Amino acid sequence: MNPPGKRTGLIWDEPLLFELHPDQAPEPTLGARVPSPARSAQSAQPSTIPSALLRETPPRIPDLSEPEVLRHYSRLSSWNYGVDQGFYPLGSCTMKHNPRLNEAVAALPGFAFIHPEQPADQVQGALRLMHELARALAEISGMDAVSLQPAAGAHGELCGMLMIRAYHQARGDARRKVLIPDTAHGTNPASSALAGYEVVEVPTGPDGLLHPDTVAEFMDESVAGLMLTNPNTLGLFESYIAEVAEAVHKKGGLVYGDGANLNALMGIARPGDMGIDVIQFNLHKTFSTPHGGGGPGAGPVGVKKHLEPYLPVPIITERQGRYDYDWDRPQSIGKVGQYYGNFGVMVRAGAYIRRLGGQGLAEASRLAILNANYLRVKLRDHFHLPHPDACLHECVFSDKGLPSEVTTLDLAKRLMDYGFHPPTIYFPLVVHGALMVEPTESESKETLDQFIEAMVQISREARENPDLLQSAPQRTPVGRLDEVRAARKPILRWQP
Amino acid sequence: MDFPNDLKYSRSHEWVRVEGSEAVVGLTDYAQEELGDIVYIELPEEGGEVEKETAFGVVESVKATEDLFSPVSGKVVEVNSPLDDSPEMVNEDPYGDGWLIRLEMTDQDEIKELMNAEQYHAYVEAESD
Repeated sequence: MNPPGKRTGLIWDEPLLFELHPDQAPEPTLGARVPSPARSAQSAQPSTIPSALLRETPPRIPDLSEPEVLRHYSRLSSWNYGVDQGFYPLGSCTMKHNPRLNEAVAALPGFAFIHPEQPADQVQGALRLMHELARALAEISGMDAVSLQPAAGAHGELCGMLMIRAYHQARGDARRKVLIPDTAHGTNPASSALAGYEVVEVPTGPDGLLHPDTVAEFMDESVAGLMLTNPNTLGLFESYIAEVAEAVHKKGGLVYGDGANLNALMGIARPGDMGIDVIQFNLHKTFSTPHGGGGPGAGPVGVKKHLEPYLPVPIITERQGRYDYDWDRPQSIGKVGQYYGNFGVMVRAGAYIRRLGGQGLAEASRLAILNANYLRVKLRDHFHLPHPDACLHECVFSDKGLPSEVTTLDLAKRLMDYGFHPPTIYFPLVVHGALMVEPTESESKETLDQFIEAMVQISREARENPDLLQSAPQRTPVGRLDEVRAARKPILRWQP
Repeated sequence: MDFPNDLKYSRSHEWVRVEGSEAVVGLTDYAQEELGDIVYIELPEEGGEVEKETAFGVVESVKATEDLFSPVSGKVVEVNSPLDDSPEMVNEDPYGDGWLIRLEMTDQDEIKELMNAEQYHAYVEAESD
C-alpha cells in the first residue's frame, strides 16, 4: 500500500482572516457597518460614557464580505479530521460512529426548542426521556440510582468522589486518602485531589492487573476508597475486581469505578455486580454521541443504595406518569452544573440505547472487543505487546524493538501520511513508548485491514528508511509542529 | 547516558549531591530523556519542608506530567528559579544548571538508603527492559 498521492489544487493554504486583505480595499466590502467612533469628529451624539473610555478610531475588523468569511471557515473545517472522515483509533477515547438517527431525534422540536426554565408540566416528554435514560444506565451498570447532571466524564468522577466524601462525613468518619492504581486515567488522581483527598498510587502486578493482596497492604481506616477503571487502561479486565473491592470494603472504604471503558462491558458484565459503589458514564464515548474537539460531553453518575442520598439535586422523579424535579434532598452534595446537564447529549445516548436494545448493546461490546483483538493478533509480529494475552476493547503496544532513532511519536505522525488519525501515544505511563489502539465496534474488517497494512509498512519503513518517519507528516496542511514552543510560548491572538 | 559517581540516586529518578549538611536535588539524565522536552516545572517555596519520598513539585513535558519526589527530608533553602523561564535546562544540563532544589537535611542517614551510580545504572537497565 502506498500513501495516497500528493493532493493539491483543492487544498488551500488558508491565511488568517486578518491577513486575507493586507491592504485596505478602496471600497469597503464589509458585510456589516460599524458605527463611527463616539469620540471622533463624525459623531454628533453626546455620550454618558466617560470620554477616556471611548474609542477614537474604528475597530480593526478585517474588511471582508460574507462569502469570503464563509469560505474561510468552510476551508478551515476541511482541514479537520473526525470520525466522519475516517478511522480514528484514539485509545481510551472510544471514537465510535454517531448514528444519524441520533441527530434526527435530537432535532425533534420537542427536544430542540425547549428551555430549561420552562415549568415541568410543559416539558414532560424531555423529563420522561431523562428519567428513562437514568433507569437504562442503572440497569446497564447494575447501580441503584443515577444522576444525569455532570457535564463530562471527569466532572462525573468529581461528583462521585464528593459523594464518597459526604458518605464518610455523615458517618463522622474523616478519611483523607484515595488509592489509585498506576494504570489509572490521569483524571482519576485529579478528581480525588479536587475532592480534597491525598492520592496514593498503588502498583499493578507484572500481569498489568491490580491484586487484592497489594490493595489490602495499602488499606486502612484513613483510606476513603479506591478509584479504578475496569477494563483498565491496558485494555485488560481486572479479573480480581471482586476480591479487590472486598479488601477495600473490609476496612470501610468505597470503590469508585471509572466508567470510561464501559464500551467493553455493556450487556455482558455489570460494575454493580463487581463491588463498585459509584461509577460515571461517558455518554459521549460509550453511547455514541459526537465528542471531537472537546465537547459537548455528559458524565452521568450512578450509585449504590447507600450513596443515593448524596446524589446531586434535582433528581427527576415519576409519580403516576407525571415527571417532576425533586429538590428536597437534604444530604445531597448540591447542584453541580447549570440546569440539568447536557440535555442534547442525553437525547442522543437515549436514542442509541433504545435503538440497539439490550442485545444490541452486548453485540456492540463484543464487536469492539473482537476488533481490538483482531488488530492485536495481526500486529503482534510487527510491534511489541507488553501484555500479549487477549485484550478487551483496546490494546497497547510499546516501542520495544523499534530502531533507537525512531520514536512512538514518529510512528504516530507517519500514520497521518497514510490517512489515519494516530492512536493515543505515551499513555498509559506504565508502558514504555505506549501506542494505544481502540478501534471500537464501528469499523469494518476492510478498514481494519487497511490500518494493519499501513502499520506493517511503517514498521518496515522504520527499519529501512527511518527518515520517512522522522520527517512525517508530509501530506497534511501543516507538518511537524513545535510542541515545546506551542506549550511554552503560545501565540493566542493575531498581532499586526 | 551519564550517571556521575559522586551522586546518589532514588528509585523515582532523582539525584542528590551532598554538600555538608545540605543536599542538592535534580532529575537524572535517564528521567529527562524519558520525559522528552520539558515545558514547565513547578517548584516549592523556599523555607518550606519536604519529606522523603513525597512530592515536592511537578514536571511537565510534551509527553507527560509527573510529580517530583524528594529523595531526602529537609527544609528548602533554595530553589532553581531560572527554571521558571528556562525549564529546558533540565534537558540540557540535568546535573548542572538544571538542578531543582537545595535542602537543609533533617536526617543525613537517609542518604545511605539511596543508590550509588553503579546500582542506579543497573536499576535503569532493568526498568527499560
